[in-house]
Amino acid sequence: MSKLEIKGLNVSINETQILKDFSLSVPKGEVHAIMGPNGTGKSTLAKSLAGHEDYEITSGEVLLDGEQIVGMEPDEISRSGLFLAFQYPSEIPGVSIANFIRAALTARLEEGEKFSAPAFYKELYEKMDLLKIDRSFTSRSVNEGFSGGEKKRCEILQMAMLKPEYAVLDETDSGLDIDALKIVADGVNKMRGPDLGILLITHYQRLLNYIVPDKVHVMFDGRIVKSGGPELAEKLESEGYDWVKEESAATASV
Amino acid sequence: MSTTPDINVERDVGDFHYETDYEFDAGVGLNEKTIDYIVDVKGEDDWVREFRKKALKIFQDKPNPTHWASKDIENINYDNIRYYLSKGQRPSRSWDEVPDDVKETFERLGIPEKERAFLAGVEAQFDSEASYSNMKEELAKEGVIFVGSTEGLKEHPEIFKKFFGKVIPTGDNKFSALNSAVFSGGSFIYIPPGVKVKQPLQAYFRINAENFGQFERTLIIADEGAEVTYMEGCTAPKFETTTLHSAVVELVALKGAKIQYITVQNWSANVFNMVTKRGLAMDDAEIKWIDCNIGSRLTMKYPGVIMRGPGARGEVLSIALAHDGQHQDTGSKMIHAADNTTSNIISKSISIGEGRSTYRGVVSIPRQLKGCKNNTECDALLINTNSRTDTYPAITVKGNQSTVQHEASVSKVSAEQIFYMMQRGLPEGDAMSLAVNGFVNDLIREFPMEYSVELKRLIDLEMEGSVG
Repeated sequence: MSKLEIKGLNVSINETQILKDFSLSVPKGEVHAIMGPNGTGKSTLAKSLAGHEDYEITSGEVLLDGEQIVGMEPDEISRSGLFLAFQYPSEIPGVSIANFIRAALTARLEEGEKFSAPAFYKELYEKMDLLKIDRSFTSRSVNEGFSGGEKKRCEILQMAMLKPEYAVLDETDSGLDIDALKIVADGVNKMRGPDLGILLITHYQRLLNYIVPDKVHVMFDGRIVKSGGPELAEKLESEGYDWVKEESAATASV
Repeated sequence: MSTTPDINVERDVGDFHYETDYEFDAGVGLNEKTIDYIVDVKGEDDWVREFRKKALKIFQDKPNPTHWASKDIENINYDNIRYYLSKGQRPSRSWDEVPDDVKETFERLGIPEKERAFLAGVEAQFDSEASYSNMKEELAKEGVIFVGSTEGLKEHPEIFKKFFGKVIPTGDNKFSALNSAVFSGGSFIYIPPGVKVKQPLQAYFRINAENFGQFERTLIIADEGAEVTYMEGCTAPKFETTTLHSAVVELVALKGAKIQYITVQNWSANVFNMVTKRGLAMDDAEIKWIDCNIGSRLTMKYPGVIMRGPGARGEVLSIALAHDGQHQDTGSKMIHAADNTTSNIISKSISIGEGRSTYRGVVSIPRQLKGCKNNTECDALLINTNSRTDTYPAITVKGNQSTVQHEASVSKVSAEQIFYMMQRGLPEGDAMSLAVNGFVNDLIREFPMEYSVELKRLIDLEMEGSVG
């Protein structure tokens, strides 16, 4: 079966272990949400999956449709089909969004394959219309002087253009007001489908009102401690994370 | 994106060398006999001999400017350099007549091809002399003169003598004195009043020999209302020993004239590149230097404009890229000498690895002048923590009837930026190259298309090599 499969992942930063035997499986076509309190390792998970060199994977596997991506360079992981929507996307002064996406697509061309500029712009404008992004956006430098909402929309636009097999959305809702949140959620919903697996990392339940996940996982202290349906998110919203922590502590002491 | 043909000037493409026999060789070292040899071989007039010998004296008396410049200058061993090497003094007017070994060099560098594609005239200098020089016939009919320095002084003294050595006096600095003593090659150009040369004139400077010094001398005069764009490119094979390139370039834009001078300097990393460039702009005239320094071991070059006539404009747009073992010490001099004169300096430097960039600027607006404006922007980009960048802007504005703006910034390509770009599928080298291209992008847009394409290619190549 096609899936993003994480098996027994142990990750350290500067000798401090953050992810502890982390395992999770996201089948293609599904949306899974990971929720958890701050400092529990959610962003570490996102960066490790994408191959960031500061995050040392001491053991474990990450399989994209069966292909091992641990040890690959970040660009290879990207071209293998994993997209990360950043919590804090970097600014690239002087590089327009259109040129940036174009460069990313060009990096994916097979040997001898030619890039078609007219087809590119046609698709880019279609995707921008879909995400309700103004055309003038394409000539702005990537993320430079963007509002929080613009940054996140720019991430979703890139995702739409690069067509990954799996996408990890790291705190995509952070820093957004309700209108911006709706637009971004609307964009993600339009990308949903049988060809894309989404892992949604979030601290708050409110995003899940707009992107309804197939499964919800609760993360605590570097691992998944509870999994369930969307109703789990609602329970977290009303009762907070304390009961999870207690349950987790109880399990750990057994 | 571009309809221009690929322009094939890359660092590695320049790194080749053919064995060549020279008919004329002034030997190693520099003294009065070297000068007599050069003057005799060229058949120059006595006044030129005197001019050269006076310059030699000034050169010998002037100390190295190490009190402010890099100590690396002390590593130039003047006794170990060959000052004149050529196969003959008359450049060919057709590529067919150029000796095979020399022709092969320029063909590998793509010069004849470029000439056919978009140039109005080409001069190709091989070591001390031009081996090829040609200009479109219709320009000659309009009275445009495009010849080498020897020919210019000998055959058109009434035009060139008036400004020769006047914009940059012999004693301006040690290297202008050295050039004045042993100059050979370069272009002497005269554009008659009102003639607008639409396509660029191109000079290509090639150093082929080891332990050699190239000292071309260029003087461009645009008469009233005339317009011209001149482009120069340079390469050399990489030798273990040092090579010296020390040019003097003087521009004169008379009333309402426009001169645009574009350089893509891509010397190999053993070349000391000590160049003096200055223009004189009369009433409402405009001089623009576009100066890109990518190669060489040490470059010291501060193109300048003296705005002598009211309404004159001076501009320097420069890009410097310093890699391991390179120091790009560049900048600009803007001397306002009339009312309502305007100058603009935009300098972007990129330092990679151990590479070092320095910006030095001089802007002078005397007290009595009215309505003068200067804008100076210096931006530095650092790639990895070992790079070094320094900015020394000296802006002297007296009086309160003029306006000056100065902005400077230093930024870094961060690991997070590179990770972000790599996460979109770009290999590390491409990511760096994109960041650098973004940094220079707004400036490159000001360049003529042919050169912006070439420059982007060069930057891409440089960045490819910088990934550890």
